[in-house]
Amino acid sequence: MFIRTHLTRRKKRHELYVKYVLLLMTLLIILPLILIVFYLIYQAAPILSLDFLLKNPIRGMRDGGIWAPLLGTIYLVLISLLIATPIGVFAAVYLNEYARESWFTRVINLAVVNLAGVPSIVHALFGLGAFVLFAGIGRSILAASMTLAIMTLPVLIASTKEALAAVPLAFRQACWNVGATRWQTIREVVLPNSISGILTGIILQVSRAAGETAPIMFTGAVFYKAIQEGDLLAYGLLDQCMALSMHLFTISTQVPDVPAALPYGTAVVLLGVVLLVNALAIVLRIKIRSRKKW
Amino acid sequence: MVSAAVKIDVRDLHVYYGHKEALKGISFDVRANEVFGIIGPAQSGKTTLLRVINRTLEFVAEARYKGQVRVDQEDIRQVRNVFELRRKIGMVAPLPVGLPLTIYDNVAFAPRMAGIRNREELDSRVEQCLRQAALWDEVKDRLNTLGTRLSGGQQQRLTIARALSHQPEILCLDEFSIAIDPVTTMRIEEVLKELCRSMTIILVTNLVQQARRLANRTMFLFEGEIVELDDTEVIFSDHPAQQKTYDYVNGIFG
Repeated sequence: MFIRTHLTRRKKRHELYVKYVLLLMTLLIILPLILIVFYLIYQAAPILSLDFLLKNPIRGMRDGGIWAPLLGTIYLVLISLLIATPIGVFAAVYLNEYARESWFTRVINLAVVNLAGVPSIVHALFGLGAFVLFAGIGRSILAASMTLAIMTLPVLIASTKEALAAVPLAFRQACWNVGATRWQTIREVVLPNSISGILTGIILQVSRAAGETAPIMFTGAVFYKAIQEGDLLAYGLLDQCMALSMHLFTISTQVPDVPAALPYGTAVVLLGVVLLVNALAIVLRIKIRSRKKW
Repeated sequence: MVSAAVKIDVRDLHVYYGHKEALKGISFDVRANEVFGIIGPAQSGKTTLLRVINRTLEFVAEARYKGQVRVDQEDIRQVRNVFELRRKIGMVAPLPVGLPLTIYDNVAFAPRMAGIRNREELDSRVEQCLRQAALWDEVKDRLNTLGTRLSGGQQQRLTIARALSHQPEILCLDEFSIAIDPVTTMRIEEVLKELCRSMTIILVTNLVQQARRLANRTMFLFEGEIVELDDTEVIFSDHPAQQKTYDYVNGIFG
């Protein structure tokens, strides 16, 4: 029979300590998150309603809803994704699947890593110079989306590359051995098996694009602009727009006498949009992973 | 086809991985429709040799090779369509790699990539290849399940079926029996004896007895050099030309 000695008892005790310390740390990181969400909802409760979502701000933004900034944010995020996703994914495919090790690819990889660390206000200035002024697009949804796209691209490329690199080399070799071209291999085997990782990278960029204020402030977002309520196509590509992140900034710092619930309500909606997209991504990932094949 | 026709002709082949020389100037030829055995301990360059022949060594960034390799009298560096060259050569790797596709799609992959879309043609090709790889009876009722869910031995036979699926003229088996039980190995060996009527087989193996059973001629590679190449009976006789060969096949060193 196995007899407990002093040593085994001590080992068991240590095991318990470690487990609970780790658990405590985990709880510590969720705690602020829960607090933030509940505090926001508590403060915003009086104002949250469907009308809040679907009405424009009125009376110098001291009343009414957030329809114009909400739609503006949706436009900005969608269009920036439409621009960044194809460029980012294809660039990552090139870098991971085609590019040979050379000083050129090393420089590109280094640039991608460093660009990911550039502060968003710098991207904003670049967008202002390149798109608004030089390209002559003017302050508009298009210019702001392009700026957001530039900001999200490096991280998108990095995360896509990572997802591609996770597909075992042996799969590619098996395809090459039977005479498949590189592109056939990528299309039939590499991309289908890395799509869930690629999606995760894209989705993370949604939250980032939705939350940033600086890059859109100079390039297309405005202080106030009323649009047709209930019309999903109320903005044109070359219009300026309101955006949730910037709206939150203005009503909490620039406009006097705003009822307290209003900024909190805006924050809840911004958070809601981001969480909704993340939830969508999780569902999509689970769906794809259930088809995962190795 | 004349049985003595040369299928693969290798002249003074050197392969380098960075500064390391993996093959040190070897020359030999493989005749059409023979089973050509290659034996030798690890790191002797057997797998590298196969990768040169189907030009997948090019995917290894730091690898270079010089010398001449001709398949059907054509220099492989100058073939117009490298994918056609690879389709001419069936390759079975030591560890089974089932593509993350269904069993059917695994075998139909190569024909599809070569442009065959006709369902009936694909069906018959899949069945024929799975039969040849001695796998058909075990999987015929579940062709639409994932190939990666098969056991290791079954997956290896699946890769053999896949290597046959593009109707190669040359079949390279790189230690194919590592993951397969002896009974199935024997069945596949029977199949190979059949197959060599219609194709040339290069058999790389660590099991020297397997080379003895199957190969017409056997080459003993050691540290990137050919120690001896002769008819299999000579290699496995009591008096091969090199003492080293005798020692290796009898398990005295290696």
